[in-house]
Amino acid sequence: MSIEKTQPLEYSTEQNNLNILGFWIFIGAEIMLFATLFASYFLLENRTGSGPSGEEIFTITPIMLETFILLTSSFTIGLGVHAMRLGRQKAMQAFFAITLLLGVCFLGLEIYEFTHYVHEGASLQTSGFTSILLTTLGTHGAHVTFGLFWGIFIMMQIKKRGLTPETTNKSFIFSLYWHFLDVVWIFIFSFVYLKGMM
Amino acid sequence: MEFFERFAIPHPSPAIYAAMVAIVLTTIAIIVGLTYFKKWGYLWREWLTTVDHKRIGIMYLISAILMLFRGGVDAIMMRAQLAVPDNTLLDSQHYNEIFSTHGVVMIFFMAMPFIIALMNYVVPLQIGARDVAFPRLNALSFWLFFMGAMLFNISFIVGGSPDAGWTSYFPLAGNEFSKSVGTNYYMIAIQISGIGTLMTGINFIATILKMRAPGMTLMKMPMFTWSALITNIIIVFAFPVLTVALAMGTMDRLFATHFFTTGNGGMDMLWANLFWVWGHPEVYILILPAFGVYSEVIPTFSGRNLYGYKSMVASMVIISLLSFLVWVHHFFTMGQGALVNSIFSITTMAIAVPTGIKIFNWLFTLWKGKIRITTPMLYSLLFIPIFTIGGVTGVMLAMSAADYQYHNTMFLVAHFHLVIIPGVVFAMLAGLTYWWPKMFGFMLNEKLGKWAAWLIGIGTCVAFFPMFISGLDGQARRMYTYSEATGFGIWNMIAFVGAIMLAIGFVIIVYNIYYSTRYASRDIPADPWNARSLEWATHSPVPEYNFAVTPEVTTRDAFWNHKKNNGNLFKGKYEEIHMPNNSGVPFIMSAFFFVFGFAMVFSLWILAIISAIGIFGCMAHRSLEQDHGHHLSVDHIKETEEKLGGAKS
Repeated sequence: MSIEKTQPLEYSTEQNNLNILGFWIFIGAEIMLFATLFASYFLLENRTGSGPSGEEIFTITPIMLETFILLTSSFTIGLGVHAMRLGRQKAMQAFFAITLLLGVCFLGLEIYEFTHYVHEGASLQTSGFTSILLTTLGTHGAHVTFGLFWGIFIMMQIKKRGLTPETTNKSFIFSLYWHFLDVVWIFIFSFVYLKGMM
Repeated sequence: MEFFERFAIPHPSPAIYAAMVAIVLTTIAIIVGLTYFKKWGYLWREWLTTVDHKRIGIMYLISAILMLFRGGVDAIMMRAQLAVPDNTLLDSQHYNEIFSTHGVVMIFFMAMPFIIALMNYVVPLQIGARDVAFPRLNALSFWLFFMGAMLFNISFIVGGSPDAGWTSYFPLAGNEFSKSVGTNYYMIAIQISGIGTLMTGINFIATILKMRAPGMTLMKMPMFTWSALITNIIIVFAFPVLTVALAMGTMDRLFATHFFTTGNGGMDMLWANLFWVWGHPEVYILILPAFGVYSEVIPTFSGRNLYGYKSMVASMVIISLLSFLVWVHHFFTMGQGALVNSIFSITTMAIAVPTGIKIFNWLFTLWKGKIRITTPMLYSLLFIPIFTIGGVTGVMLAMSAADYQYHNTMFLVAHFHLVIIPGVVFAMLAGLTYWWPKMFGFMLNEKLGKWAAWLIGIGTCVAFFPMFISGLDGQARRMYTYSEATGFGIWNMIAFVGAIMLAIGFVIIVYNIYYSTRYASRDIPADPWNARSLEWATHSPVPEYNFAVTPEVTTRDAFWNHKKNNGNLFKGKYEEIHMPNNSGVPFIMSAFFFVFGFAMVFSLWILAIISAIGIFGCMAHRSLEQDHGHHLSVDHIKETEEKLGGAKS
């Protein structure tokens, strides 16, 4: 394993480069996945059957909170990767921990939001609109949940093994994933919630 | 006992009971055989845990051939049922099940793995790489595909086969009209193997973009590798659509959501659209690697460079883009209106242009070449005229106004079989024969191979040409019987004869494999066909590290030019080679996927949760483990190279 000194650690070996490229391609596939969900959402948006419409169930407060929390977590993980590049393991771990905590808060709010919808009579089985709404949000939420566990595993490895080409590579890829979820959320915020409330 | 009733077959018949007995006996025979010959350890160490792209390729190949026979038996039963009017061999329910599983098995579990088998074996060798970018992921891809295929196949004896067609259109595929668990199998088994295919796509894009031998620029890549690159890009962009569609279909069936229902705001046409947004690119996922195989075989046996290399690449890129813009032509009659239909008519007809360019390029490659008619070449020569007939009828179908006449008739069935059989099946058989010596170190018998090729070539024409006529006369597809007064009898009888010819051809191929394994000479050169690309520059069969010294490339057809100009492909000297370690986790994780899928099919939630924990446990294990692979020493490489008949450097 030859280590390239002029590159950041996460790019320093050939396998690391491959991993990062592979993950970008995977994000390409994820974009298609969410694009399909969005396209289906736009088609089913007004097909509410006997159930409520978006305007009737969306409430701005939890949505704004979720948005702020997730955007902030994207910022903190950026700081975490910056700290990693400077070799400051403790700072990095702290930023990653903050990121994951914000992720937990986001998830808690989303679960609250879902129970609220079910209360309002908008469950998964109510109509075409609620099915696709909860599936789109749920797919994003499931990604965040997966990310929480993934992040914890990465923090454990950093604690045990320090900043090696391997652990930094994993952390960097995780940060790509987290930023991607943030981007998806921006689309959900704009085209599901704002569009629905207008 | 109520618990077990759900596993019963809803429409049993003696044939299904016989199949159950046969499956149980085969399983017992395999277990006893492995135990008696003490092969469990061998099987686990050398195959189930392997991450070697060559062995994974061979496992894909074996699965594909097995599935070819499963799908082939379905086909023969269909043709037998239709051979005479008012036949009672199968009832309508069995006929529905058989045409559904025939389509699914042939597309997902025969054609796809056959293509991925050749890509796995050949692409890393053609670009001079040691393995794919992510060997462990590659093993996971295979096992997910395999478990998905097995899950789909047990539907036959546990719970009932899917019966809503291979396209599974809603609302027919919904709970109301498809009450058995068959369609659950469809949704979940394809989902599992589809995840495997998506990961193959990611793996091969990274491999081809990053792991080419020094000097091999993109425009110096062999054409098969080019086709693999484009195909995998299509896979990565098309398969997520199928993932979502299948997930929605699963939720509609298991959790009573309203994606594709006809009430409460559901939209049944959404399924048709999503299915074909994936489905049409899928057609090109199948055909482009086949084009790649022909682009290797035809120049080799014409003794000429491939004509129009750049236009070959350009036409593949154009095909890949257009493939995403034509999906509506699968349902012109389902009420889009004239404007939408016209647009999709035009985009569909446009695909004929790059495809035509490729046909002419192959013809110009043949022109004035020193043609050697070997088995792979024979398949290629049969492909060109038959595929062109299939393709031209495709342009007829593309005209939306005329399509109202052809839609859902046997005319359509004839069309897509006449593109997909010469396109994919001939290409895979050509590729199999062509690369066989590289895989196993001996050649397949040429005489038997040519017999099979002629039988399959003529059989294809005999089986499918009559359907053009009966289709235009009004015979609908998926109709399980017809009366004598329709006059379809004669055409269907001819088609049945063709199907028998095809079956005999495939049996000869299997006999050929047996015969050649037993009698063929093992004393063959590494380059028995006098071929052109890098895979022929290493030994046959290929050592685990592929190339002792990484080749250095300066031109297209690197190996050909090296032979002609006495150049030096291998400039370096032996160095330690880093190899990935074997792992049992991909197999175990996929086995959990199998259990998870089975539990979902029958709504056994506790089992589903347990197996899901197993899946995530495997992922956690992968995250935490440290696996740096191992190194092969210079001495070991020297020894192996000498044993294989002299160093290649």
